[in-house]
Amino acid sequence: MGEAVKDLKNDPATLPRRRFEKVNEIIQHHGTDLSALIPILQEVQEEYRYLPEEILTYIATVMNISPATVYGVATFYAQFSLEPKGKYVVKICDGTACHVRGSNPVNDAIRKRVGLRKDRKTTDDLRFTVETVSCLGACGLAPVVMINEQIYGQMTPEAINVIIDKILEEEGETK
Amino acid sequence: MIDSRTKLDSLQSVWKAGYDKEKARILICAGTGCIANGSLKVYEAIKAEVEKRNAYVTVEMLLEGKEGTSVVTSGCHGFCEMGPLVRVEPGGILYTRVKPEDAADLVAALMEGKEPVDRLLYRHPVTGAVYAEEHEIPFYHNQERTVLGNCGVIDPEELREYIAKGGYQALAKVITEMKPAEVCQEILKSGLRGRGGGGFPTGRKWEATLMSPGDKKYVVCNGDEGDPGAFMDRSVMEGDPHKVLEGMAIAGFAVGADEGYIYVRAEYPLAIQRLKKAVKEALDNGLLGNNILGTGFNFKIKIKEGAGAFVCGEETALIASIEGERGMPRPKPPFPAQSGLWGKPTLINNVETFANVPIVINRGAEAFRSIGTEKSPGTKTFALTGQVANTGLIEVPMGITLREIVFDIGGGLRDGKQFKAVQIGGPSGGCLTEKHLDMPLDFDSLLSAGAMIGSGGLVVMDQKTCMVEVARYFMNFTQNESCGKCVPCREGTKRLLEILERAVNGEGRAEDVEILEDLAEAVKDGSLCGLGKTAPNPVLTMLKYFKDEYIAHVIDKKCPSGECKALAAYAIDPELCKGCTKCSKVCPVSAISGEVRNPFVIDPEKCIKCGACVSTCPFKAIKEG
Repeated sequence: MGEAVKDLKNDPATLPRRRFEKVNEIIQHHGTDLSALIPILQEVQEEYRYLPEEILTYIATVMNISPATVYGVATFYAQFSLEPKGKYVVKICDGTACHVRGSNPVNDAIRKRVGLRKDRKTTDDLRFTVETVSCLGACGLAPVVMINEQIYGQMTPEAINVIIDKILEEEGETK
Repeated sequence: MIDSRTKLDSLQSVWKAGYDKEKARILICAGTGCIANGSLKVYEAIKAEVEKRNAYVTVEMLLEGKEGTSVVTSGCHGFCEMGPLVRVEPGGILYTRVKPEDAADLVAALMEGKEPVDRLLYRHPVTGAVYAEEHEIPFYHNQERTVLGNCGVIDPEELREYIAKGGYQALAKVITEMKPAEVCQEILKSGLRGRGGGGFPTGRKWEATLMSPGDKKYVVCNGDEGDPGAFMDRSVMEGDPHKVLEGMAIAGFAVGADEGYIYVRAEYPLAIQRLKKAVKEALDNGLLGNNILGTGFNFKIKIKEGAGAFVCGEETALIASIEGERGMPRPKPPFPAQSGLWGKPTLINNVETFANVPIVINRGAEAFRSIGTEKSPGTKTFALTGQVANTGLIEVPMGITLREIVFDIGGGLRDGKQFKAVQIGGPSGGCLTEKHLDMPLDFDSLLSAGAMIGSGGLVVMDQKTCMVEVARYFMNFTQNESCGKCVPCREGTKRLLEILERAVNGEGRAEDVEILEDLAEAVKDGSLCGLGKTAPNPVLTMLKYFKDEYIAHVIDKKCPSGECKALAAYAIDPELCKGCTKCSKVCPVSAISGEVRNPFVIDPEKCIKCGACVSTCPFKAIKEG
């Protein structure tokens, strides 16, 4: 029995099916009412770190709505990404308070440190995604950077480099 | 289970007695701002220190009549910049920028009855005066904290503390003594106006929803605080979540709804977590759910997480988003009060509006009107940020002047900078100048100045801030956030942005001023929802109050504040230059040349205006302008 399970796990043919199992679980938890679509997409994104196209189509089929509806919602909201996101999602606040207190130099510093050019948002090794957001609501600490769920306030280009270095160091150890 | 009003009253007195018996109380701020500054580590350190002295007793034990000290986390005190903040009762002493290492001294001062720890007290940045008690600090002294009354004073994760402070009494009163129409009347009489921006009379919305026929109605709380530079609603949701729930339940009773939704932005994970916990606790204790306090009134609340769309702060777009669709606004009428969520009559109010409801009921409409102005009664919370000495969350009576906010509460501009303007109401608002400093702030006076309260973000700007760039910044924001439904908004904001970008890049054209004004009016008139209708406000107020600055950009190709890099020209003052060569070494494009110990020169053809030389020069010989 144990053998069979193990085989199934390594069998490339069943891989997509197992991939959808998790999605099924998520849909089952929220139900197939249209109002559940956003929570479902949020949870799927949490699971995969992005919204894979075939899963969007699959969700549409299960929820009995058109793929265009699902795609429309997925592309409307800034939270959703159709491309894989990095392990560390760095959000630089560019709200008014952060903007006037210098969020741009911080943004430049991070992008330079993790090696992102021009319009790229995610590093090739899928370690970092760097994006700007309109306001994190911690304006008293401007400029603010959020890495995953952790907020760092009163950032400077020097300070953010120290934080990124620390993450890289931890990464090196766990690898 | 609290199944009757009598039970609620008796629990309140028991819990209040327990609360009063605490010999001392140490509150460590656990708002987003202070947590980011490490307040949870401070909490651990202080707790360990108190435990070491065997003085720590939990609140439960206090109920049994013992005395002791409790160490709890609280909601936002508002003075985020000075965080982590620790408030000590009795005495109301506020410690600022507390580190875990300070725990021993802090606890020793309290337990041994010594003077407060001097190095942790607030010092006024200008006068240098030291303040020990929170209410004496100018930042707090001029405030009127009612909506935020519990923030920073109670543990937001403990229902018992909210009840001890008189929580859910307003709900109890309403559902046991009043009729729905009477509740709506009371809110109408209080003159409470929607705190989300527009300032529509709340009571009128309630009455309209009550009058709408139908058995199924909804109450929706708008917690999609998307304005950049605003965090009042976040602080209320994080610091006093039960007040929002109580306000919503009262609204549910008043309009005949049995179901409510709170729509919170996904960027506020802590607010979501605290609200979820509060809903569960209220449900477990019978303050939400079926047959509340044995009156037969049913009301349940669900939390909906937003997914990052600014336009969802608009009520009809928010409703579309809850239904699972793209958050696009719908034409009004029908208003949500007639046909809202899933086509049912829906009451939708902002977080701060709901938080005001228990206050109106508890104090009565008349007392509520005694604060604020005739047309805008009550208080308003503002997020005070930007180039001001004290930033943070404040609550003031309506009708206060801008001068009092910026100079008394905010302590003036930081580092002795000079006041230039205040941007109020985010991308829907506008800027106010020196001549507005003594204008009373309320819904109507701001509208007549071309701005609006919006959700209440106040960003202070100094002489170094370029107003054209600020207008560009906001236009960039609204252009990005336009949902694309109305062509004038979708295309108009794009073109407005292009014109402003031209101006800050030194490519402005003479005819642009007129086009900007025309287009701004077209976008205002041709858009369905508040986003488009107010999107041109920052541009229009800029043109109204800082036209000279805009003309300087377009005609003279100069940025008077020196912020727009593309318009900057750098020159070395030969009188001041000592020929130290530092600037020529730091210049990335080798645009600076000269001989050692002789004045250097910048080649304007090569210069990319990066400003590196300016910050390197030890003699301040390089001038921008």
